Amino acid sequence: MYARPRSKLIGLLYLTPALVFVTAFTAYPFVQMVWLSFNNWTLITPPRFIGINNFTRALGDDQFWVSLGYTLEYTLLITPILMIGGYALALLVSPNTPLRRFTRAVIFIPVVIGLGVSSLLWVWLFDPRVGLINQALSDLGVIDEPIQWLGTDAWVSTWSIILSVVWKVLGFGMILFVAAIHAIPHEINEATMVDGASFWQRTRRVTIPLTSPTILLVTLISVIGSLLAFDQFYIMTAGQPFNQTATAVFYVYLNSFPYLKLGYGAALSLILALIILVFTIVQMSLTRRRRA
Amino acid sequence: MTAIPMRAPLSRVWWRVWAGRNRYLFGAVCLFIVALMLAPIALSMMASVKSTAEAAAVPPTYIPGSLSLDSYERLWTYQAGLPAYLFNSTATAFMTIAFALALTIPAGYALARFPIPGKELLFVYLLFALIIPYQALLTPIFLMFAQLKLTNTLVGLAIVHTAIQLPFSLYIMRNSFEAVPRELEEAAVTDGANSLQILIRICIPSVVPAIVTVALFAFVTSWNEFLGALVLMSKESTFTLPLILASARDETSLGGTDWGMLQAGITISMIPCIGIYLLLQKYYVSGLTSGAVK
Repeated sequence: MYARPRSKLIGLLYLTPALVFVTAFTAYPFVQMVWLSFNNWTLITPPRFIGINNFTRALGDDQFWVSLGYTLEYTLLITPILMIGGYALALLVSPNTPLRRFTRAVIFIPVVIGLGVSSLLWVWLFDPRVGLINQALSDLGVIDEPIQWLGTDAWVSTWSIILSVVWKVLGFGMILFVAAIHAIPHEINEATMVDGASFWQRTRRVTIPLTSPTILLVTLISVIGSLLAFDQFYIMTAGQPFNQTATAVFYVYLNSFPYLKLGYGAALSLILALIILVFTIVQMSLTRRRRA
Repeated sequence: MTAIPMRAPLSRVWWRVWAGRNRYLFGAVCLFIVALMLAPIALSMMASVKSTAEAAAVPPTYIPGSLSLDSYERLWTYQAGLPAYLFNSTATAFMTIAFALALTIPAGYALARFPIPGKELLFVYLLFALIIPYQALLTPIFLMFAQLKLTNTLVGLAIVHTAIQLPFSLYIMRNSFEAVPRELEEAAVTDGANSLQILIRICIPSVVPAIVTVALFAFVTSWNEFLGALVLMSKESTFTLPLILASARDETSLGGTDWGMLQAGITISMIPCIGIYLLLQKYYVSGLTSGAVK
């Protein structure tokens, strides 16, 4: 039936809704973003073509560099924690015993909660007056004065946010690592056990090398996710102190919406999208090689 | 396990003893991690049932001294009221599910079965959103929606959420339709059924797991999404749950943030996601592992 001459047309008909949708809500906005980035537009006056002025302005914009640098710093700090922590947990819980299955399921629970909601939850835990983290630390005798975790010191704020995000997304990498570890053929594991290899030898020589494609993949997903971080910063520090913790997406958001510098916001979006694109291409070529 | 041979080196005997004890050690480590992961959720849920005075108490208590639904009552009538915000979040999530399925079931079927010219190129075009993060597209989308009068509407927000979920959903759907054995359709073809009848009667029942996976991820994405809603929704009556909670936190009334009410809202936001995850864990994990290698 699918070989009939008419079926080409019928097939295209089934595909049309999706094609229209992607054209209208992804491709067209993308084209418009490129157009916007060459214009000066604040909604009040009509858009005015200014060539690459938005881009040259970005190069001289200190806050843009601060935001980009801060986003990179955040990414560099959190990624190793997520990778090493996620992998260590995967090694711990990959055996299919009831307790480990249960642990696995529990570690994954925060992943399904929204980042916005979990950030609000941690704002409360970190609060200097009613927060239970300061309370627990002072009950344990670690601190005398409540610590201002969020929005006062950039370094302390960053680590507080990292702690909350690690809690939230650690299970994501773990579940993919567990799947990769389970995909290792039984014969290989049995052979190493017969040879008398210890757990650490097996991990170092067999498990990690055989799961390295997944490790790379999860690293890239985490890096892309961290470079696009917004919710947790918007909610937990709102960029404070002095916009030192304003991430790149946060700065794009500030320019486009509260400030309504639409052309400039679009130019910043485009720069950010190009940076992400590099990582996406690497990710896609890796997965393609893996499937081939 | 066989008994340890008499002549085994002493070190190996010690290894066995240590390994035996290790089982308990690892068990304890597992339970410790479980406690650590559950603590924030449990503390928040417990804080949501504290009395009004206790929820705002300094220093705070870990465990509520008495149970009270005061915080939920205040949330119920906060601004437009909890029912309105629950409705906004739920309606957006269900529209996202409906749009995602309505677009990707026929598209996945077409890509898996029909000899469409330039098929792979079209497939790559449909996955376009993978390459360009939606966070970067929100400015032009906002402008377009302002013209189309779609800002401050749940339909508009559902469209954005669908655009986010489309590549993943299409990928899952195409793969599942390709895995349906063609022999199933042959009998129907000889009976003279057309492609729509085959899709509805034979193919769709065979891809139910994929439909569940797509619906599940569409729901969770939409329910939790924050930035798109923040950009598109400016009227408080159209806010979704995460938005109204974020704005409730910022609201500084006489007593400052109403922490008890905030925990009630967090609890209500978390419960559907955790419940669905616990019910459909299998789909969750398989969707994640196949989606991550897209």
